[in-house]
Amino acid sequence: MPNINDIQNEIIEDFSLFDDWMEKYEYIIDMGKSLPLIDEKYKTDDYIIKGCQSKVWLKAEKEGDRVNFYADSDAVITKGIISMLIKVLSGQRPEEIANADLYFIEKIGLKEHLSPTRSNGLVSMIKQMKYYGLGMESKIVN
Amino acid sequence: MPAILKENSAIKFRAVREARGDFPILSTQMNGRPLVFLDSAASSQKPQFVIDAIDKYYREQNANVHRGVYSLSQLATDLFEQSREKVRAFINGQYSREVIFVRGATEGINLVAQSYGRKFFKPGGTIILSQLEHHSNIVPWQMIAEEKGLEIKVIPINKEGELQLDTFEQMLSEKVQMVAVNHISNALGTVNPVKEIVEMAHRFDVPVLIDGAQATLHGSIDVQEIGADFYVFSGHKMFGPTGIGVLWGKEELLNKMPPWHGGGEMIKTVSFEKTTFNELPFKFEAGTPNICGSIGLGAAVDYFSQFDPKEVVAYEKELLAYCTSGLEEVGGIRFVGTAKNKTSVVSFLLEGTHPYDVGIILDKLGIAVRTGHHCTQPLMDHYGIPGTIRASMAMYNNKEDIDRLIEGVRRAKMMLG
Ligand SMILES: Cc1ncc(COP(=O)(O)O)c(C=O)c1O
Repeated sequence: MPNINDIQNEIIEDFSLFDDWMEKYEYIIDMGKSLPLIDEKYKTDDYIIKGCQSKVWLKAEKEGDRVNFYADSDAVITKGIISMLIKVLSGQRPEEIANADLYFIEKIGLKEHLSPTRSNGLVSMIKQMKYYGLGMESKIVN
Repeated sequence: MPAILKENSAIKFRAVREARGDFPILSTQMNGRPLVFLDSAASSQKPQFVIDAIDKYYREQNANVHRGVYSLSQLATDLFEQSREKVRAFINGQYSREVIFVRGATEGINLVAQSYGRKFFKPGGTIILSQLEHHSNIVPWQMIAEEKGLEIKVIPINKEGELQLDTFEQMLSEKVQMVAVNHISNALGTVNPVKEIVEMAHRFDVPVLIDGAQATLHGSIDVQEIGADFYVFSGHKMFGPTGIGVLWGKEELLNKMPPWHGGGEMIKTVSFEKTTFNELPFKFEAGTPNICGSIGLGAAVDYFSQFDPKEVVAYEKELLAYCTSGLEEVGGIRFVGTAKNKTSVVSFLLEGTHPYDVGIILDKLGIAVRTGHHCTQPLMDHYGIPGTIRASMAMYNNKEDIDRLIEGVRRAKMMLG
């Protein structure tokens, strides 16, 4: 398993090939469309993280010393971004997740999606992922 | 028609099409493209005329009001009170003392709920709202209803997003203690038959508050003709600054209501044993008011009066029709809210997509629309949707704006479809 920063760097490299926002977003949308990220049965209020605009569902599972994440969103652009977050954080060790510096988001020009005013649930989702990383499997946000 | 226009019926109006040039922000860019601003229902842009009034106030006229003996304070006070009078004329109120300056529609509603409600609401009574309400016209009533033991009932809507008045009629009884509905729905653009609603409620002596937040942008208001007991609106939604709005109320009712906030300005005499309160409107304006905001709002009223309200409405209707038919041509559009009587608001969904995704793509194209639930979650739940994409137009918009929107929606459809 490559480490968190290796995966981030890989994503940054992928994105450097795009010349404009359209190509970038088409790529994100494709990622959002292609992956079934969570079993439908977990898309319940127990796993929901409510943004004001789009919803996110997140489930974490411990597997040995690793944490796997499953997530989804009702908005496809949000889902595309989630799939990148999962790529980076899923399967990593808890302490690495908790301490991860997710610089790739800014580097690929998607920082605006993490602004609280976008209210898409992503900020809360990252918080929740890190929280799981800390080993506290309780839900802190909704 | 507001008295201000009746009195000035001889004046020559400017053409509505000239308005666009008055709004500096409309020649700026967003994401590297000329800004297309279609979110006026959330907050309107400001004409240079209003910006200048604000600028001039702080440069040449600023002082606290109602307290200085010096001329500058007198000047500020005069301007402040002139604004009150301008607002009175704009809504055709009877007396300017019935115009209470507040922060906005939200604060106006809270004031009535907390002052009128606390004094007059009786346990076991009912407050009637509608399915169309903005959270601002729901939550303040829930708060007082909980405190005083009242029940909230909701006027239903039909598929088109129109209030069902026959049901409303059946809901009315002596138990009802307040009816609060909006004049125009922010999420759908439905224009509600407020005059009829007031008449029906008054048959049972039930007071009516009209939330006019969305109405003042589109044309003239006549509170006396509507006959409501309270009417609230926000300056920022009618070309004025943020942080200023109006609660208009019938003098008789306002006089019976206790003050809400305490402080300076709202008192006559203060001692530790007993304080006596000032008269209207000051009784409800504790502390230093938003002087500059009021003056800006007065300027917005003056700006409005440069245009013929009939022409404004006709022009906006033209934009609405153009936008609606343009979107129809895109295909896969579901319109939410298709009332017969509607302002220039188009709320829609693009089949198979989430409003948020469409909003993001439009933003990249320099097009500002609102996506989401528009602070009307009960309404969205009623339709069983997470939200809509809402394009709301004001008189400064033009057909090119709509063309850009349609092109943007086509692009979103292509990318997301
Ligand atoms: C119908 C309606 N009522 C009330 C409000 C609240 O206005 P404000 O936030 O200016 O107080 C709004 C604003 O969106 C509105 O559209």
